[in-house]
Amino acid sequence: MNLSGDIALAKIIVVTSGKGGVGKTTSSAAIGTGIALKGHKTVIIDFDVGLRNLDLIMGCERRVVYDFVNVINKEATLSQALIKDKRTKNLFILPASQTRDKDALTIEGVQEVLEELAKEFEYIICDSPAGIEKGAQMALYFADAAIVVTNPEVSSVRDSDRILGILQSKSKRAEESKAPIEEHLLLTRYHPGRVASGEMLSVSDVEDILAIPLLGVIPESEAVLKASNQGTPVILDTESEAGLAYMDAVDRLMGEERPLRFLEIQKKGFIKRLLGG
Amino acid sequence: MGIFDYFKSKSAPSSASVAKDRLQIIVAHERSKRHQPDYLPQMQQEIIDVIRKYVNIGSEDVQIQLDNTDDCSVLELNVTLPEQN
Repeated sequence: MNLSGDIALAKIIVVTSGKGGVGKTTSSAAIGTGIALKGHKTVIIDFDVGLRNLDLIMGCERRVVYDFVNVINKEATLSQALIKDKRTKNLFILPASQTRDKDALTIEGVQEVLEELAKEFEYIICDSPAGIEKGAQMALYFADAAIVVTNPEVSSVRDSDRILGILQSKSKRAEESKAPIEEHLLLTRYHPGRVASGEMLSVSDVEDILAIPLLGVIPESEAVLKASNQGTPVILDTESEAGLAYMDAVDRLMGEERPLRFLEIQKKGFIKRLLGG
Repeated sequence: MGIFDYFKSKSAPSSASVAKDRLQIIVAHERSKRHQPDYLPQMQQEIIDVIRKYVNIGSEDVQIQLDNTDDCSVLELNVTLPEQN
């Protein structure tokens, strides 16, 4: 196996959560696009075999010919399967297979593909499937860093803690007793108004429980659904709070300091408050 | 929040703080079990089955715990036997 440092040049980041529907694919698409916008050659890999969706979120669903499993099985080359993003320079997508069984991904197969990608790309974003089964474990196994996507809601926070346990025990870095995977908390669907009225866990509540560094807070935003409707990563919507919050998170991931924003309550008029709007 | 909410009692804890308390408890509990080997529940069941051959106990009468300290692991087994008649 070629371990001559090629794979070490690229940074492998898994976007994971345990729980489904918290925004893993939305976040993978946004963060991958954001890193590419900053000039780094980036590939986003959809690890959700059987439930491919990254292609829809990125708006390239009609350009999928070959997929991740085809490459592993040597039915296609990597360059045949990679889809070059039409909007963002430096950005490529490797779609998941839609029909094959979950056992199609093997550690050896995934490693081979990652090593080949690492020769060409600076960042490899692994969009994990939900759950803690094989697919999710495969997505995180080779990671150097993990972005744990969490909603301020009990089941999501608990599942995030479980996935943190798996990152710390079942990853390649853990098995080989290397430096642990860098952990980043990304809190999504945050509603400052509900936090203020005591109906929603706050950023600091979730930080207290999970005890990992905060990468960013993405406010609940209509722009996210609008972006997915159109197949555009929400980070490209620079008019939206969610898009700007994702860009801040990417800046922090690159080591820049960015103050948190969009955490204050949007002021409502007196009449609207009286009427309970 | 409508006008009537302002008159409601403020003494009840907010649902968010209830959520935080519940999460802190369950997460601490699950973390303590995280390093237990996978075979522990089955081993516990088999130990219970063996004891049951001789003494009538329920599954809640057996506590089993594995503690790891530095270079030594201690398997602690606590069996509550029924009172003798």
